[in-house]
Amino acid sequence: MTALVGLVVNPVAGVGGAVGLKGSDGETTQRRAHRLGAVPRAGERAALALAELAARHPEELRLLTADGPMGAEAALVAGFRPQLVHRPGRRTSAWDTTATVRALRRAGVRLLLFAGGDGTARDVLAAEPGCPVIGVPTGVKMHSAVFAVHPRAAGETAAAHLSSGLPVHPREVVDLDEEALRRGRLGARLHGHLPVPELPLRIQQRKTGATTPDPAALGGIAAELRTFLPPGELLVLGPGSTTHQVAAALGAETTLLGVDLLRREGAGLQPLATDLGERELLDRLAGRSAWLALSPTGGQGFLLGRGNQQLSPAVLRSAGRSRLLVLATEAKLAALRGRPLHLDTGDPALDAELSGHHQVITGFRRRALYPAY
Amino acid sequence: MTEGLIAPKPALRRFQQARWDEPAIFDLHTPGSRGVLVPLPDPEMSVGDPLAALPAALRRAEPPGLPELSQLHVLRHYLRLSQENLGVDLNIDVGQGTCTMKYSPKVNDTFVRDPAVAALHPLQDESTVQGVLELIHRLQRMIAEISGMDQVSLQPGAGSAAIWTNVAMIRAYFAARGEAAQRDEIITTVFSHPSNAACAATAGFRVITLHPDADGYPSLAALRAAVGPRTAALLITNPEDTGIYNPRIAEFVALVHEAGGLAAYDQANANGILGITRAREAGFDLCHFNLHKTFSTPHACGGPAAGACAVTEALAPYLPRPVVGFDGERYFLDDDRPESIGKIRPFYGVVPNLVRAYAWIMSLGAEGLRTAAETAVLNNNYLMHQVSRIRGVSVPYAAGRPRLEQVRYSWEQLAADTGVHSEEIGYRAADFGTHYWTSHHPYVVPEPMTLEPTESYSRADLDEYAAVLAEISREAYEEPETVRTAPHRAAVHRVRHETLDDPDRWAVTWRAYRRKILGEQV
Repeated sequence: MTALVGLVVNPVAGVGGAVGLKGSDGETTQRRAHRLGAVPRAGERAALALAELAARHPEELRLLTADGPMGAEAALVAGFRPQLVHRPGRRTSAWDTTATVRALRRAGVRLLLFAGGDGTARDVLAAEPGCPVIGVPTGVKMHSAVFAVHPRAAGETAAAHLSSGLPVHPREVVDLDEEALRRGRLGARLHGHLPVPELPLRIQQRKTGATTPDPAALGGIAAELRTFLPPGELLVLGPGSTTHQVAAALGAETTLLGVDLLRREGAGLQPLATDLGERELLDRLAGRSAWLALSPTGGQGFLLGRGNQQLSPAVLRSAGRSRLLVLATEAKLAALRGRPLHLDTGDPALDAELSGHHQVITGFRRRALYPAY
Repeated sequence: MTEGLIAPKPALRRFQQARWDEPAIFDLHTPGSRGVLVPLPDPEMSVGDPLAALPAALRRAEPPGLPELSQLHVLRHYLRLSQENLGVDLNIDVGQGTCTMKYSPKVNDTFVRDPAVAALHPLQDESTVQGVLELIHRLQRMIAEISGMDQVSLQPGAGSAAIWTNVAMIRAYFAARGEAAQRDEIITTVFSHPSNAACAATAGFRVITLHPDADGYPSLAALRAAVGPRTAALLITNPEDTGIYNPRIAEFVALVHEAGGLAAYDQANANGILGITRAREAGFDLCHFNLHKTFSTPHACGGPAAGACAVTEALAPYLPRPVVGFDGERYFLDDDRPESIGKIRPFYGVVPNLVRAYAWIMSLGAEGLRTAAETAVLNNNYLMHQVSRIRGVSVPYAAGRPRLEQVRYSWEQLAADTGVHSEEIGYRAADFGTHYWTSHHPYVVPEPMTLEPTESYSRADLDEYAAVLAEISREAYEEPETVRTAPHRAAVHRVRHETLDDPDRWAVTWRAYRRKILGEQV
């Protein structure tokens, strides 16, 4: 029997990521992102998921979606001939998302793929899709537990579910207050649950808050980090409370959620520029070598592709794997419950290049060997 | 027969621990009380003030501030404290996984109390202690046979002292080869005992920790990514704290050897492999046992537990000194070992525990040792079968595969369903008169519980322990407050861990207690 699969794409999801806006909610943010040169990637990532689905599920599929950037474009790129259930206006909005989901429910889809971030997940939840849902991650942070770890994993999970019916469990839709976030305050709220098919290691966990502060461990990580950086060396520091506190231990005030550029001076670090976007990073690093220090997202284990899209494939290639330093306390690694670190740079070749075992700095003269893929 | 009279499962005990509200012994100080009134010597026999012979610098200006009590008060005090404990002879003690105390046969204590052992002084001339030296020498050879190694020292303490011994020998080995500066990394695993990482760090090594994959042990790929010209050694437990045996251990050792490193086997707990597999056959260069975990001696709560370090000939020069030798006629303390790492403990080891371990091995024989291990594994898998059926519990890693001597379970599902955490289950277990332990920190297995039955406990004991856990699970689902507010029938309500973790607040002496807790100027 032909399976009916629904798709909805939020074309502006994630547009703020690479330019350092920490989210894409709100029209003002989206306009600002465009002014800063942001390129929408949601459609491209949705197409990746669909291509994976088509490759793994050769039986006949009928794809239902909205017109234009809300689904049809991605479907055509992936080789589908979609049936349209909604026509959005020139400027899409949350209303278009909910209208599309409701139309898909009425059409009786068996599975819904949505491409977006936490805000899109909230819109899907509000529309009550009435079938299992898989999020194609195209947002900035994505703290909800309804997303695949990367677009191809979304396609793989969808194919497995259509072929053999995976177990479906309710998973959390969580969102941060982006306005507060841009002012450096963190606050998450649980909005509800969506039914998600479970394929081990393909669906991400909910982001957890900072693990219990362990000043001794963070101080140890800071001391170990310093051993990599002779005076004058540049360091690009990724977002999050771990990197923020490590920098503080080395005397540097950094942004909690931005990507910052620092230089080793004396016994500590000196900030050179804070809250940089992809373009600014590329400009500042042109022709210079720099170390890159990142910490995985708590409970999820994302090293790249969640909340740090400023570190684009171009920026990452300019640093190189050998200059990538991963920082995490033992407690933070333990909280991953044995799950690997995830890579979702948007460039599958780069993900493959960066995959394998990474030495994670867990303290002074202490490392852990931890897999990433 | 009335059906109701037949108990379908073990009845839960109506346990109620004694609660004495017993003050610290210093608070019981009653000036003038004393245990024994020592008569004054006959003036004609007096040799004067014996302290006068001591140099002034060694004499106290004031007598020590010890409490004055009668003998009866002292006895009553310690008996009361013992009733507020869950000691190894009192409860089904399988909840101390990784370190469950095996039964220490009481007959072995009679040997230790015998004046032939108890009256010895470690500074006696070796010609007068030939008996105990012979016993130690024989025990050294037994441990060598059990491990497959060439030489053994019984001089170190157990646990971290034995691991430190291993690390110190590794450091000395590379120093002698001129490679100490180059080889500054030690690799271990997250489920090996954390003392391996801690001792390596204390000795100045960089520590690289491997995490397990879905099988429960690290992959060869992970080890390959860690190993290199800086590798001094791999310190590894097998089976690890999960009870899962790494069947590729020989390949692990070979990989480290290829890089020029050494491999040390933490066999502190060899309960699942005794007489079945040996460190030497897997290619290890050195290993150690804790005599209290594997050879049935008292643990002694961080006190005089004994360790046994065994090495190949290549590492023998670095063993702690003295080693007990035999020249064909007499036993002697071989202290002339210029490359030795020195002493780990004073004198030549914890002799009472060496006597107990020797007696235990002799009473079982080679076949008995193997039977003990097989029984421990059988007990563990029986208990796993019983516990796995309890609502909310799971056995992470290597689904469906048997375990060796212990299992690290997870109450993650129960915690998600009820909000009750593993530590709280432990507090509630005390209400049934049973001991319980979670795991080392940080918790790699969520909401962990580690059980190890050893060979000492009967099927009925294991059924009773599983029944206690089943009852606590039922309570967590049906009346969670009962578990969250436990214990209700134990002597101590809850231990405040925050003071134990804080150097500014922990008080392990009476003087520190007065200063830090009571705020006195002492």
